[in-house]
Amino acid sequence: MSTFQRNMSLTGEPPKTINTQQKIASFIGLAGLLVLFIALFNVNFPNKTLWLSVSLLAIAAGTIWFARAEYLTKLAGIKNNGVYFKSLSSRGFWGWILGITLTLFYVALYWFPQYLGLVKDGDNTGVISLFDPLSKFLSGNPASQWFLYGTLYTLAILAFGIKFIWKYRHNRYEVIRTFSVMFFQLSFAFVIPEILVRLNQPYYDFKNIWPLNYELFAGYKIDEFLSAGDVGLIMLIFGILSIFVITPILTYKYGKRWYCSWVCGCGGLAETAGDPFRHLSDKRMVAWKVERWVVHSVVVFVTVMTTAVVFSYLQGNESQSISEWSGLENKTVLMSDPDGKPINERILAAQKAKASQVIFINKAESKKAPVLETTEGINIPFHVISETENEIALTRLKSGLSASLLVDSASKEYITINDGVETSFFDNLWISKEFFIWFVIGLLTLVFGGVMLFRREQLAKDAKYGAIGYFVVVTSILLFTYFSTPGKLFFFNAYELRQTYGFLIGAMFSGVIGVGFYPIFGNRVWCRFGCPMAAILGFQQRLFSRFRITTNGGQCISCGNCSTYCEMGIDVKAYAQKGENIVRSSCVGCGICSAVCPRGVLKLEDGPRKGRIEGNEVLLGNDVDLMEYVNEK
Amino acid sequence: MEHIVIIGNGIAGVTAARHIRKQSDKKITLISAEADYFFSRTALMYVYMGHMRWWDIEPYESYFWKKNDLNLKNAYVEKVATNAKTLHFAEGGTMQYDKLIIASGSTTNTFGWEGLDLNGVQGLVTKQDLEKLEKNAPNKKECPSAVIVGGGLIGVEMAEMLRTRGIEVTMLVREDAFWTSALPKPEAEMLSRHIQSHGVDIRHETNLDKILGDENGNVRAVVVKETGEEIPCNVVGITTGVKPNISFLKDSGIETDIGILVNRKLETNIKDVYAIGDCAQQREPIGNRPPVEAVWYTGRIMGETLAQTICGNPWEYNPGNWFNSAKFFDIEYQTYGWVQPKRRRKDSEAQFHWKCKSDLRAVTISYHKESRLFLGINTFGIRMRHEVFDRWLNEKRDVDYVMQNLKQANFDPEFYRKYEKEILSAYKNQQPVTA
Repeated sequence: MSTFQRNMSLTGEPPKTINTQQKIASFIGLAGLLVLFIALFNVNFPNKTLWLSVSLLAIAAGTIWFARAEYLTKLAGIKNNGVYFKSLSSRGFWGWILGITLTLFYVALYWFPQYLGLVKDGDNTGVISLFDPLSKFLSGNPASQWFLYGTLYTLAILAFGIKFIWKYRHNRYEVIRTFSVMFFQLSFAFVIPEILVRLNQPYYDFKNIWPLNYELFAGYKIDEFLSAGDVGLIMLIFGILSIFVITPILTYKYGKRWYCSWVCGCGGLAETAGDPFRHLSDKRMVAWKVERWVVHSVVVFVTVMTTAVVFSYLQGNESQSISEWSGLENKTVLMSDPDGKPINERILAAQKAKASQVIFINKAESKKAPVLETTEGINIPFHVISETENEIALTRLKSGLSASLLVDSASKEYITINDGVETSFFDNLWISKEFFIWFVIGLLTLVFGGVMLFRREQLAKDAKYGAIGYFVVVTSILLFTYFSTPGKLFFFNAYELRQTYGFLIGAMFSGVIGVGFYPIFGNRVWCRFGCPMAAILGFQQRLFSRFRITTNGGQCISCGNCSTYCEMGIDVKAYAQKGENIVRSSCVGCGICSAVCPRGVLKLEDGPRKGRIEGNEVLLGNDVDLMEYVNEK
Repeated sequence: MEHIVIIGNGIAGVTAARHIRKQSDKKITLISAEADYFFSRTALMYVYMGHMRWWDIEPYESYFWKKNDLNLKNAYVEKVATNAKTLHFAEGGTMQYDKLIIASGSTTNTFGWEGLDLNGVQGLVTKQDLEKLEKNAPNKKECPSAVIVGGGLIGVEMAEMLRTRGIEVTMLVREDAFWTSALPKPEAEMLSRHIQSHGVDIRHETNLDKILGDENGNVRAVVVKETGEEIPCNVVGITTGVKPNISFLKDSGIETDIGILVNRKLETNIKDVYAIGDCAQQREPIGNRPPVEAVWYTGRIMGETLAQTICGNPWEYNPGNWFNSAKFFDIEYQTYGWVQPKRRRKDSEAQFHWKCKSDLRAVTISYHKESRLFLGINTFGIRMRHEVFDRWLNEKRDVDYVMQNLKQANFDPEFYRKYEKEILSAYKNQQPVTA
């Protein structure tokens, strides 16, 4: 894990050196890591609880003591001395070593968890087994590679958070913000989901919002929510509200920083453990161009992918879509949609999928039950039942219990479904795939049309072309999905699409490149180039927000500290030296540009939208008449 | 096509070039022997301190110059032949100009001490000075201690730089506190204490007598004038101000005094030759401003103004309200309007001074004794809004209005402790300090 991000250059002159205390602290921290490393090689520790505690405490204590010796021995103020001389923070030898180590860790985590000791059916071994006691204590289950990762991740945010707080102890914005990310990581991301699992509720990190949480609307997750009753439904509704209601309101008021540098877990790690690498982000114009194309492509990808996944989930719920591959072996199929494909054809399809019987639930009392046009070829039983007459029995069935159903016929006979007989319900969601796809297209059109109508002048020329291009692409893909082969998108099915997204974006980008490459590309590579959530929030921040970084009149001296320490690679001084406020979609509002400015030029603030972006080419402090003359021109 | 040649690629020259380009397609050439590309002079210190690399202090990426059709030439102008409108380069070769803008900046000001030519004696003005310091004081092994002569902006920067490498620093300050030539005494004393807290041995009312060398021509020690004490050191930083860099203009016919003499349109005595920035000297000082202003912002403003004149819209240099800023170790300083140090203070100017218990924040507000007109503010450790003070100065607000509304001017980051209440109550309870 990223817990050994500390100055490793043990030799050299100030400001590169570390003092005796720091050497001891490094030793303690590394000893803690060593325990994990030994466990990796299947050394079976006798008392796992004890050794895990020793290891985690040593890592935390080492890091915190190191930070204490680094910062609390000095006066409060900006602490960037020697950043570009230290091997670890200037892409030197130790920087590469750390980068490679982290990358290997991520590769093992995502693709080879067995080497970390993950055993699917049986007791864990290796380093994962060391985490079993803690996992059992929290959720009641043995640890997985994700639990190990989550624990180390949280530990890194907490320990390096303390380091960051000491480093910026003169800056209350930084201190409060860091307490916030530490709190959200420890509670929302780590403890609460584990406790939910213990309470037999779905695992849910409430602050992990779609599209960052790209699995939120995956079929299995929706099933999980729906089968968890009220709590699950609340979670699902909260998830939808988060992206469509809560997020826009907060971003309007405070800019995207409320999420990216106050709440988000990726942001949390970047701001704490990743802080020593913030200056490594690429500031060149060309990097900005690449950033805009890549991150918006990810947005398109995740939108299309999620739409396809939900679409195919809804489709899978329709009895019309039952086919011989639906996998209904020995199941009782229950359907309730009387319209569309003839019922007899659906029964035939279910028969081909090896269903044992088909039951039609008649939802509307007034309506006649559907009659089969023909029974040709059908040799499994088919019954029609009334929903109102069988309410209790259907509820029992949905919970996997046995029940007797009253058949809707003159003879009033009962059919009994015994324990252990599997049932498969269709047509029981209130939204149809048609409604959904048109809803998505409508929503995109609304957003796009709104922007073109009200904010056209704020979009630069190429941004406008990009937006139009993307809109056309997304809409046509969606339409293509709708009118073409069921469940497939350019011959990929939705499930494969989600797998591909998970592999490319979820694992490769956010994990391996995003964190593994901290010491090479800086700490916000993922947030800047890859995170679709950041892109969507950024879009709102750019066009519909009160947030800006105000430039203080004509005080800028173009020194470059703000740009250098901008983790998002924004060339802040390019705006400041023109006397222009900074309104950039990628700004996560970490506040470091303002902190490192030696002349008090920058301030993050929320204010009226009028005059938010100002471009006075002739700066304050000048001849007033000249300013008027030039600005009028 | 008219050829505009600019000697110097600092803030003044580059601003002039950019603004001429905005308004015209004249041929523009920037000449510098110091650096290939424009850099922020005020940021030199951060390169030595390891905060930034050299190219991080260049405000524009290298494609900028080509894109805007600004020609760059790395050469040293040895001679200006104004009759033939020709420049002669030290490297050989010449260049014709139609209009010449001299923006050659400053060099280190010295007082002819003995030993100035020894290895290890240097100022901190140019890129070459930075390279020299990297060579003279690479670390505390090769350079255990240094002496800085002069208590001003460059002196404190140099002290901060050397301290980051663990080098012992002694500062010789002629006055009884740091930078009293510009600051009222209470502020100057607070800064002296702050500089001391960073491990600098700051010696007040102390002058340099001479610099001693060893047999190899390297600095060995300095001798203090008052006591005769010898302070051993490996580097001597000369930071007793700067002076216009105009030695290459000898025999050019361009009239000079301390700097190049210009009128309000920034024209020299010779047609089509202009001077801006640190090297220019106003024939008639403007308001309270000194005739030579070696400040980043005035260089920029002169560049903006002259670009108008060059592009056929004759304009006088008419700077707005005075402002400036600096940072002394961890204490940021901003000033708007005029807060005069004792030696320049008129009898009519009264000052209200407030200092925070932490000894890291202070505010001084000056005003007219009788009319109570607000004259200016010095602020330390509290950021204030330029725009607000600019407006209040233009609106000729009185000091009571400023005190009551000080909150409006606050520019500190969110969640910072606010001191306006404390300042206001101190103002109400305290008699103005006139010392």
